[in-house]
Formats: sequence, C-alpha cells, structure tokens
Amino acid sequence: MIPAGFEYHRPGDIASAIGILQEYGDEARVIAGGHSLIPMMKLRMAEMGHLVDLQAIEELKGIEVGPDTVTLGAMVTQHELITHSGLAEAIPLIREAALQIADPQVRYMGTVGGNVANGDPGNDMPGLMQCLNASFELSGPDGNRTVAARDFYEAAYFTAREDEEILIRISIPVPGAGVGQAYQKQKRKIGDYATAAAAVMVGNGQASVAMTNLADTPIWSDEASTALAGGDVEGCVAAMLDAIDPVADNRGPVEFKKHVAAVVLRRAIDRAQSRAG
Amino acid sequence: MSKMHVKLTVNGKQVDGLAEPRTLLIHFLREDLKITGPHIGCETSHCGACTVDIDGKSVKSCTAFVAQVNGAEITTVEGLTNDDGSLGVLQEMFREHHGLQCGFCTPGMITRAHRLLQENPNPTEEEIRFGMAGNLCRCTGYQNIVKAISASADLLNAQKEAAE
Repeated sequence: MIPAGFEYHRPGDIASAIGILQEYGDEARVIAGGHSLIPMMKLRMAEMGHLVDLQAIEELKGIEVGPDTVTLGAMVTQHELITHSGLAEAIPLIREAALQIADPQVRYMGTVGGNVANGDPGNDMPGLMQCLNASFELSGPDGNRTVAARDFYEAAYFTAREDEEILIRISIPVPGAGVGQAYQKQKRKIGDYATAAAAVMVGNGQASVAMTNLADTPIWSDEASTALAGGDVEGCVAAMLDAIDPVADNRGPVEFKKHVAAVVLRRAIDRAQSRAG
Repeated sequence: MSKMHVKLTVNGKQVDGLAEPRTLLIHFLREDLKITGPHIGCETSHCGACTVDIDGKSVKSCTAFVAQVNGAEITTVEGLTNDDGSLGVLQEMFREHHGLQCGFCTPGMITRAHRLLQENPNPTEEEIRFGMAGNLCRCTGYQNIVKAISASADLLNAQKEAAE
C-alpha cells in the first residue's frame, strides 16, 4: 500500500498555502490530519503532484469560546474538541459527537476542518454543524468569504469550496441556556461510519434536527425541526424520513436504514428533551 | 520523486535519513531505521499494531507520511523499557497478566496504553476499554490486556507515591 509520489509542502501561513494551490492548480491538494486522505492515497484513489500540509499554520489552530459564539480553527483535532473543558460546557453536543468518531489514535490526528470540508457523507461533523447552524470561513485568492454549513454540501465530495480555497475557521452560535442537545450514532463497530446518526437541539420553543450518512449530503430538515419545536415528535420523525434518501450498501438495505434512522432520531430527541429546560 | 532529508528523535536518539515524502512512517521505522517493534497488521488504520507515540499523541504509523512527522519526537515500544534495558512497567505487567498470546498486537497495545496512562493515571475498566478501542487483538479476548493495564496503573501510582 504505497501511494503515488508527490512533492511535499509545509507552508507557514494561509497566504503561502493558497499561493501553492494557485501555482499548481489541479495538481495540488491540502492535507490536514490525513486520516481520510492518506487511506485514499494508499488505495491510489487519490493522487496529486503536490501535497500541501497545513500543520505549521498557527492561524488554523485554537478553540475560542465566547459568550455568543464558539470559533474552531480548521486544524483543531477531535482529541482537542474532546479535552477542551470550556467547549464541553458551551456546546456539549460537539464533545458527545467527537467521542463517537473513529478511535483514539485517529482522533489525535483527525481535524474538525478536514471532517467538515472533505464532503464525505459518512463524516459526523457536517450534520452536526448543520444542526448547530455553524458557518464556515473560506480563504482564497480573492479574500475570505463565509458559507453557512446548511448551504455548503452539494453532493458526495462536492462542496461550495473552490479548488483554490482553504477552509480556515468554523463559527458556531452558542445555543441559549435551556436548549437540550444530543448526538446519537448507530455504527457496526468502532471506527465505522454511521449506519445512521442524528444531531438534535431542542428547547425554548426552538429545535434543529440533522442526520448523517442517509443521503449523499448531510440532511438538515426545516420541516422536521419546526415539527419538533412545536412538540410534535412523530411529525418530526415523519418529515425526516421523507427528507433522507439512503442507498443500500454493506450497512444494510434501504428499509433497514430508514428503520435505524427513525430509532436513532427518536433516541436523540428523547435525550435532548431530557436535557432541556 | 526526489528524496527529502528526514530528522527525527526516536526513543531519545537523534536520527537522520533520506526518504521520499510518500514513505509511510511505519516503513521508515522498520526498513530504514530497523526499529521493528511497531508491526504492520492491516495497513489500513484499523488494527493499531503500528501505533507509536508522536509528540505526545498515539498515532497509527501506517497512516502518517514521514514528511508530516519530520522534526517530531517519536517513542516506540523499544523506548518503553527501563534505562537498564529491563522490561518497563507496562511490558512487565503484560507478561505477568498474560496480556498477550501470539504477541503481534502487543507493541501497539503497550505504546497506546503508555499514552492512555499518561493522560489518565487512574482509569476505570470502562475507560481502559474505551481508550484502547483503536487496537485489535485476535487472541486474548482483551480481558488480560485490560488487567495488565490496570495493574500497570496501580504499580506506576505506587512508584510515584514512594518517590514523593
């Protein structure tokens, strides 16, 4: 399992990284923790002439917890999300989800930026970020722009990010006091992607519901969220089952996935409601 | 592809070498440095047999390019012996509690357990099982691995107390 050869770059700031992307175009790709990209490179399903390692860019690091907004640098690892006490207090949902991603070794390396930006429908953070109504800051040759997580995903591995842009930061509004949160994931074994997973926030007459790995993008449903905000759990589940579009694969046939989706969503709602108020 | 100059600290010793950037750390350790403690099991970041400690993090060395870890401080199972070369606490407890049968997963198990106990010196059984979830063993059924790690924690804490 030897990947194809590449030139290695380790730029020290965002501008230099974008410069390398501009210089080599299609031939260049960024690497964060590498725990999605390196396996694909070993299978020769991903090949590039130039690999741009973001690890030395200080601007991409750090967790900031403000009164209204939490900001995560793109290179923050899952391990850092789990061990940061201020973050667990402000938005416990993030830690709860990060603990269910992959295994300890992978969580030391895997980053939140890589998880949201590579567009794999199996990743947990995209659905979570849609539930939380996060926004992604992208930096490119023409400056910075912000895209809502709910508008970011177009299809499997296709996102609103342009080739010469880098996702640099994630901003998340802190849910108000009294909002219950829960992340529920069904997986076959440690390290597996979800058969189905649900991120739920509910409380103060509001709700937000998103699901993972049940379509070629994460699914956030306005209708399901509105139903739950009004206390209509069955309406919420029905609206979500309508919105998802799972395909049969080694995690099961479509009927099974819809069944699991409903079970997982109900459990997440139960737990979120029990934490609300 | 041109080779790059690689400089690492492995088990406390400075090492230099030339490698293509695409070289996986596990191959560089085993084939260039002849450090064969870390094993190649699945080579797909599942089994954990290749786990090494990189700058205080447990990492599967089959899923890191040597270019990425250039400049890092690395510890393998070889670096966890006592200064006189005798077995370190985790190594000794794995022996005493039969935490291995064929031994293939053991270097990864011990290296991962080392970091786990650094971060959590008093883990519960559940915390040990959760913290070791990235390492697979096909022989033991894990029970004696958990016992060995738990016994290591007790012994290390007793040693620390005695030293204070």
